[in-house]
Amino acid sequence: MTDPMRIRASLTGDTVEVKVLMSHPMETGLRKDASGKLVPARYIKNVKASCKGKDVLTADWGPAVSKNPFLAFRFKGGAAGEKVTVTWTDTAGESRTDEAEIR
Amino acid sequence: MRLKIGKLTFWLTIVAGAGTSLAGSLVWAQTAPDPVAEYRAMFGDDNPAVLWTLRGQDLWKEVRGSKHVSLAKSCDLGMGTGIIKGAYAHLPRYFADTKKVQDMESRLLTCMVDGQGMDKAAILKNRFGEGDRKSDLEALAAYVVDASNGVAISLPLEHPEEKRAYALGKAIFFYRAGTHDFSCASCHGQVGKRIRLQQLPDLAGPGKDARDTYATWPAYRVSQGEVRTMEWRIGDCFRQQRLPQLKYGSEAAIDLTMFLAKNAEGGKMAAPGLKR
Repeated sequence: MTDPMRIRASLTGDTVEVKVLMSHPMETGLRKDASGKLVPARYIKNVKASCKGKDVLTADWGPAVSKNPFLAFRFKGGAAGEKVTVTWTDTAGESRTDEAEIR
Repeated sequence: MRLKIGKLTFWLTIVAGAGTSLAGSLVWAQTAPDPVAEYRAMFGDDNPAVLWTLRGQDLWKEVRGSKHVSLAKSCDLGMGTGIIKGAYAHLPRYFADTKKVQDMESRLLTCMVDGQGMDKAAILKNRFGEGDRKSDLEALAAYVVDASNGVAISLPLEHPEEKRAYALGKAIFFYRAGTHDFSCASCHGQVGKRIRLQQLPDLAGPGKDARDTYATWPAYRVSQGEVRTMEWRIGDCFRQQRLPQLKYGSEAAIDLTMFLAKNAEGGKMAAPGLKR
């Protein structure tokens, strides 16, 4: 089960600033648990953000990104009331999509 | 690994202080800029603790336990049943139904066990979350404390039991014990000191340090990727002092919280905070 992302998109002038907070353990595969066993790697490997069916951001991530990652980016061409959709996919094949309205 | 790091860093601190009297030499004057403050500024209003707050909100409203009731309809945190706004700013306080002074964590536990009929051992086993094993108590704590944002901390200590809790908490704060002869005041009794890059707030009496510190707990600990509460914070101080493990929700934990909270009186709640 995945927890919802928190997405905020605000329009200033002609630029939309998007802030995304994702809930994910981002295990590197290098950490050991209390009994000394390696915790298997599991991290977000791909992030995609789109607006009006058009990709505004794609990112390939690795194990160096922190737990519960915070991502902020800007793009042009969005208008208030439109929706920004963000999707992440992790190494376990799990994926989560959430959206937010531009304000 | 986390525990290992904790031991290693502490060991290094001891080495640096060796050769002089221990308790007095572990702290240095505050000179370095605060990198955590810069990090905090980059986040702005966005704190990963929001993820806990949202989960806590669901848990607060969810009908659970053998008594099939939600906390929102059954839990009194001191402001009346189901009211969370401002509740944390007036805790710990005396509760007539349990005849005890309780802090937020122990009161939530009472609500979940006595009010909802949930299994106390199971909740306590999961009191500190880690990764996928999430703690209901920490999520609820984040939600409850978030509703006190901007509210001034106020503890009139009107009940004799509250006065007693404060006095005992103060005694514990200054009590030197353990293999290293440490008290809370050994690290938190002077202004403008630090251990390595970590600032040490002066919590021995009322003041800005006491207000700023207390008002920003519970907090998201970046190094752990978890929201931690005051019970955890004090428990970890006990571990660092080499004292016996502090029992969650115990009188000692609540009394110490009462002492810290009273010293923070007048400060405006700004939690969940964001910590190293």
